[in-house]
Amino acid sequence: MSTPEDTAETGRPEEIRAVPVRHPGRWVAALLVLVLAAAAGRSVVTDSHFEWSVVGNYLFDERVLSGLRLTLELTVIAMAIGVALGVILAVMRLSPNPLVSGSSWLYIWFFRGTPVLVQLIFWYNIAALYPKLALGIPFGPSFVHPDVNTLFTPYRAAILGLGLNEGAYMAEIVRAGIISVDEGQADAARALGMTRLQTMRRVVLPQAMRVIIPPTGNETISMLKTTSLVEVIAVMDLLFSVSNIYSQNYKTIPLLIVASIWYLVCTSILYVGQYYLERYYGRGYTRAENARLWERMRALASPRAAR
Amino acid sequence: MSTPMVLAEGVHKRFGRNEVLKGIDLEVAAGEVMCLLGPSGSGKSTFLRCINHLEKINSGRLSVDGELVGYRQEGERLHELRESEVSRKRAEIGMVFQHFNLFGHMTALENTTCAPIRVKGIPRDQARARASELLGRVGLSDKLGAYPAQLSGGQKQRVAIARALAMEPKLMLFDEPTSALDPELVGDVLDAMKQLARDGMTMVVVTHEMGFAREVADSVVFMDGGLVVESGPPEQVITSPQHERTRSFLSKVL
Repeated sequence: MSTPEDTAETGRPEEIRAVPVRHPGRWVAALLVLVLAAAAGRSVVTDSHFEWSVVGNYLFDERVLSGLRLTLELTVIAMAIGVALGVILAVMRLSPNPLVSGSSWLYIWFFRGTPVLVQLIFWYNIAALYPKLALGIPFGPSFVHPDVNTLFTPYRAAILGLGLNEGAYMAEIVRAGIISVDEGQADAARALGMTRLQTMRRVVLPQAMRVIIPPTGNETISMLKTTSLVEVIAVMDLLFSVSNIYSQNYKTIPLLIVASIWYLVCTSILYVGQYYLERYYGRGYTRAENARLWERMRALASPRAAR
Repeated sequence: MSTPMVLAEGVHKRFGRNEVLKGIDLEVAAGEVMCLLGPSGSGKSTFLRCINHLEKINSGRLSVDGELVGYRQEGERLHELRESEVSRKRAEIGMVFQHFNLFGHMTALENTTCAPIRVKGIPRDQARARASELLGRVGLSDKLGAYPAQLSGGQKQRVAIARALAMEPKLMLFDEPTSALDPELVGDVLDAMKQLARDGMTMVVVTHEMGFAREVADSVVFMDGGLVVESGPPEQVITSPQHERTRSFLSKVL
């Protein structure tokens, strides 16, 4: 590598011309991959069992689209509940009050320790446990008596089940983020007269986000697919809509392809969102790295110009 | 006789079974610059953190500007202060840390305006004007929009000083402000501190910079093993120390 000085003064020093190392293994591997990919591609395109025309017919079917809408709705609402709950539980978990941190621990222990499928079915059947709910003063008079069966519709049970479960996982992600922020940051904030809450909100959490976002993206993608479990409590999500169709026309494979395409489209969109979120919360940290990445890309494009 | 800015009487601090401060008595007058010297582990930094209640003392009395730190006295009884009250008092004391502790997600300007806006409720425009003035005074007018990661250590520490000054403190605490800096960058930070001392700020400085202590300090305190070994004007403590422990320490650092 030449330094800027000697390029400026003496022009470029003579470059090294050497015979590069050969990599025959790479060529063999590349060939193998190409052959396998071609075989798979040919089967996908030519095999009649894929029935691409059926896929095309149902891709924008009204029932499929409404299922997709519901899946997205569930994902967004359940994640919103999960993130909000996660932040609260994580802050509680780090509280010096043992009762507060203990109850957060208990929540996380319970909701992470039981299958989400069981929780979904539980919320769906909550009326069997509490047929009547009463809202009022504990041990005192009550004012509202909602009927549990009409209150816990399958849709609401699904949101509750997915959201409460997600909260437990998000709590651990948020806690990891908070712990990752150097203690000196909180010291400095408190020395400036900020309260614990201000310190958390203005100084610690924004910096924790850098660590929190990537696993949260992971959780969102996971949630998008976990919503397919709600078919057991008769909520018409994407997968349930599709399986309703193929149980009538027996076009199982093409319809599963329809569902897979939509799941893939949604996760791909989430990738983009995550990229921008990461960039936003990485401000002050990644700027220099970005520049370096850009330089690297330029160097790749034209190795000589970048030197 | 005016009340001292900092008054410590028999201050003890334990971390578990480890007693870090074993009875510190000292007094800092308003407008005075005091340097705390001593080997690492002697309790200098801990004592500094006690002054703004980042650490709670176990026994003794510690007061700032005539008011107890962390407590309120009613008759014979001490009442712990509520968090909001502790925060309000901390806001009047500036602190500069060895590792700068600038907020990484904020620019130099945002670092300097954050607390005035959030804690003191100063209007944004006013806080920004004041912050750019302070950053200009420490020679960083061209770095207002820079994030800490884009600044050198010396620049970071000067932002940290401006950030503390933006709260208009009546007392400034410096915890080894130049120990994490390249030797070349120490001068700029010390210059900013000297300027501050000339402006009449009351300062307590934990440092290993003997030159600074000799030139700027009104008094020097040498600590070892959680106790004050000796104190006095710099020419006395640094130039002709009375205690053997002070002599052996100074012979190693000078």
